[in-house]
Amino acid sequence: MKFLNDKVTRRDFLTYGLVVAAFIVVSLLASQGVIPRSLSGQLVPVTCYVVMAISLNLVVGVAGDLSLGHAGFMSVGAFSGVVCAMSLSAAIPDDGIRLAVSMVVGALFAAVAGFLIGIPVLRLRGDYLAIVTLAFGEIIKEVVNCLIVGTDAIGLHVIFNVAGDKTVDDLHLLEGGVAIIKGAQGASGTEKIATFAAGFVLVMIALAVVLNLVRSRAGRAIMAVRDNRIAAESVGLSITKYRLIAFVVSAALAGAAGALYGANFSQLSPAKFDFNTSILVLVFVVLGGLGNMRGSIIAAVLLTILPEALRGFSDYRMLVYAIVLILVMLFTNNPQLKLTLGKLLPKREGAVAHGE
Amino acid sequence: MTVFLQYLANGLSMGSVYAIIALGYTMVYGIAKMLNFAHGDVIMVGAYVSFCATSYLGLPAPVAVLISILACTALGVLIEGLAYKPLRQAGPLAVLITAIGVSYLLQNAAQLIWGATPKNFTAIVSFPVPEPLASLNVSAVSITTIIVCLVIMAALMWFTGHTKMGKAMRAVSEDKDAARLMGINVNRTISMTFAIGSALAALAGVLMCSYAPVLQPTTGAMPGIKAFTAAVFGGIGSIPGAFIGGILLGIIEAMAQAYISSSLANSIVFAVLIVVLLVKPAGLLGKYVPEKV
Amino acid sequence: MSLNMNPAMNRRSLVAGVAGLGAAGILAGCSGGGASSDGGSAAGSGSAIKIGSIGPKTGATASYGLSVTNGAELGCKEFSVDGLSFEYRSEDSTGNAETAVNAYNTLVDWGMQALVGPTLTGPSVSVAASCNDDRTFMITPSASSEDVTSGKDCVFQVCFTDPNQGKNAALFLADKYADEKIAVIYNSGDAYSSGIYNAFKEQASASKLQIVSEEAFKDDSASSFNNQLTKAQAAGATFIFAPIYYTPASVLLTNAHDMGYEVTLMGCDGMDGILGVENFDTSYAEGLLLMTPFSADDPASADFVKAYQDAYGETPDQFAADAYDGVHAVAEAIKKVGVTADTAREDACDKLAAAMLEITVEGLTGTLSWNDKGQVEKDPTAYVITDGKYVKA
Repeated sequence: MKFLNDKVTRRDFLTYGLVVAAFIVVSLLASQGVIPRSLSGQLVPVTCYVVMAISLNLVVGVAGDLSLGHAGFMSVGAFSGVVCAMSLSAAIPDDGIRLAVSMVVGALFAAVAGFLIGIPVLRLRGDYLAIVTLAFGEIIKEVVNCLIVGTDAIGLHVIFNVAGDKTVDDLHLLEGGVAIIKGAQGASGTEKIATFAAGFVLVMIALAVVLNLVRSRAGRAIMAVRDNRIAAESVGLSITKYRLIAFVVSAALAGAAGALYGANFSQLSPAKFDFNTSILVLVFVVLGGLGNMRGSIIAAVLLTILPEALRGFSDYRMLVYAIVLILVMLFTNNPQLKLTLGKLLPKREGAVAHGE
Repeated sequence: MTVFLQYLANGLSMGSVYAIIALGYTMVYGIAKMLNFAHGDVIMVGAYVSFCATSYLGLPAPVAVLISILACTALGVLIEGLAYKPLRQAGPLAVLITAIGVSYLLQNAAQLIWGATPKNFTAIVSFPVPEPLASLNVSAVSITTIIVCLVIMAALMWFTGHTKMGKAMRAVSEDKDAARLMGINVNRTISMTFAIGSALAALAGVLMCSYAPVLQPTTGAMPGIKAFTAAVFGGIGSIPGAFIGGILLGIIEAMAQAYISSSLANSIVFAVLIVVLLVKPAGLLGKYVPEKV
Repeated sequence: MSLNMNPAMNRRSLVAGVAGLGAAGILAGCSGGGASSDGGSAAGSGSAIKIGSIGPKTGATASYGLSVTNGAELGCKEFSVDGLSFEYRSEDSTGNAETAVNAYNTLVDWGMQALVGPTLTGPSVSVAASCNDDRTFMITPSASSEDVTSGKDCVFQVCFTDPNQGKNAALFLADKYADEKIAVIYNSGDAYSSGIYNAFKEQASASKLQIVSEEAFKDDSASSFNNQLTKAQAAGATFIFAPIYYTPASVLLTNAHDMGYEVTLMGCDGMDGILGVENFDTSYAEGLLLMTPFSADDPASADFVKAYQDAYGETPDQFAADAYDGVHAVAEAIKKVGVTADTAREDACDKLAAAMLEITVEGLTGTLSWNDKGQVEKDPTAYVITDGKYVKA
């Protein structure tokens, strides 16, 4: 266990350990039937959002590029994953393998989208980069909205409905064919093949990929570019290359998360992956701490469950959610309030600070 | 040709609405350097206040607009003081997320106060429109909006250029710490910026809802994002840029809907934005600041 | 903007954040149960049949969801007679499939025996799949896609399906307005609107209607229809078919009026409620045609309209009436097969689903019966707005 002497490694393994422990505890509780349905129904979406948060943290926290269109990559992954899962349902009867294949396909499509978008986008910085990622997110949403996809014995049929006057009938599917994506109506009637275990595996993969990337030579280069672009450039680092690496890896992970998400619901509409979803994931990242993967995981879990936990407030639910969000931001970022809170909770603060 | 002119006029009308929202956005961004995602929701509140003043209290339109401006100014200063000021030392992302929280808060509070059922906003101005504008379906509201935009633009440029407060704002925008050393009260200056920005939001809300008459708690959200796009398009922080960006955005959207595809109109607008930013990375009229080594 | 990207600075922030969230969770726990409201425990048995409902109670589509949840609540009150007693609880879906499934799970935890909901199509498809898997009886008041019920024996609809509405609208036009030049304006970002549009288009070409312009819009561009109207006008359209909800429709009508474009507009059931938009100048809607099963101005619905107005201060629309009829259908089915508060959800599901195929309900939205696909069979009615009221066409 000599490698654990290294502080950074120890910290990373603590994060892995935390995820494994959480998975074991939750699985045990679920098998005992202790967890209410309102919570157990959220397990898969929570893992999706955790992966989204980890992947966005790579771009926003590690590479320092503010992205407001991350849900777009989730959308690409979700819909390509759904198409893959539906069209392979005969070829691969095993749900687990089909899910894995569709997540890989989702990740690949999202990575390609990330690469194509990354090349122009990463010429910009700061708020201009933010608005362009927002723009791409919206473009992806509209493009998916125009897609009509079906499958039959011949193979896949795809129509890009630009003029808005095509319908599923224009696919001319053979007998026994199914329409998978029906424009704005999205994909419906898809099989629910996602499982919590698959979500857990995906979280572990995402963590391993991101943490190893961050600790690698490339990761140090990415952070060097973030901290001082000019200095990094002057020592011969290719700025675009390293930012692009972070962007594409992040897009691929978001795509895999999207594929998992799509496999968890029997209906998926393009409108789900809008600006608000991108913002939601950004909230996880900022609240969890930029560059802090463990923080992203915890924030994603808590903030996904929070609106459901607030159902007791009835009509005031979303109002309370908004107030909690503002207060948490104030208490975590204002030096004076943080100090006050620290006095109120001296033990917890100290304990965790040591653990770090 | 007439049809083309009509699309152009439609685009100009919509664009003037984007422009007036973008002016408020760019004002706050330019000086406080924060993306105030709650701006669209302040607009919504402004429209509701004016609606209540005219429909429930029976007040004449100018009084209603005035009340709405006062209410939004107070709201803007309040939001700034409670939610943004404590985060002055924190990173810009913390403020961004707080602004999103404020946006959710305003939307949900509005629903609790005014209900979710949409209300129809009666236009606050109407006068006979002279030819040839009338035959192009340019409404009195659109003409008013464009005039108000121009007046606000001129006033803001004069204010930031020639008054003491305006110069203080520019100084804060350039360098907060240096401004503080020069004896400028940075907090007060930023509060003032929010007051002006929110007053503009009230005006924008009233004019926007006069143009697009549906009023519900989420009314401000999408126009807010579009206007943000317009502000970036014109070069965020630049006052004439916001106006030009808004107008161009409206026209591009109208042309895309008319001649390319009405389902992809937004994408086309955003694609044009991306191309513009790639050619001119700081927007049409934005200052491009080369980094010193 | 220069971002402070120092990770070390944020670790302590996280701890504080977690503490804050934890506190919120505790708060939430303390106030639990606040959402449930008794429909009618008048029967005095102390044990009531638990009916749940789901709809967007916040967000852009909240007005539709509130209509549904209010209508269902009123239904639970009014049908708690003759030894029947309902307990009612509604949950917010924010118009999102994921949240709707969470809302459904919350209701199942609460002990719901039958679901009258959800409101919107997308969330309903997801919830219907869950209902089918866990054997929960579901009747949706307003989700009109065929995908909601297809392949699920325990899921029913109160409203017409999209294909049915689109087809009926085209047949109606072919019958009464065969010579008009028709423009179609629909929401290409919405499942309901594009679903009707697809079916309308198919039947329109079969019925040889003259469609001169087909224009789409999205929720994010629903603040102005000037361009779509300009296009329709340029194409010489004298009639607009717009299968859209009443909120954008009120903008469409105002825009058309401001343009001075004299055109007849026709919509489907989502258009009902347009006269309820506060401060809307109903003269703009004069002559508007809509295919809807319900009219608040129909003398037959007067009692319901009054009870609804007393309870919620608004005139009920078709969403509320369909939800009320949904509860009515559940009540009839319960009477038929004798479900009680003690019946397990799964048993109630099988019994109710079987009973649904046999019952006939004299509801607010017509005489309702159900086929084995879960689709409702009732007569479509066309209304025209005359003097600010819905009048049968």
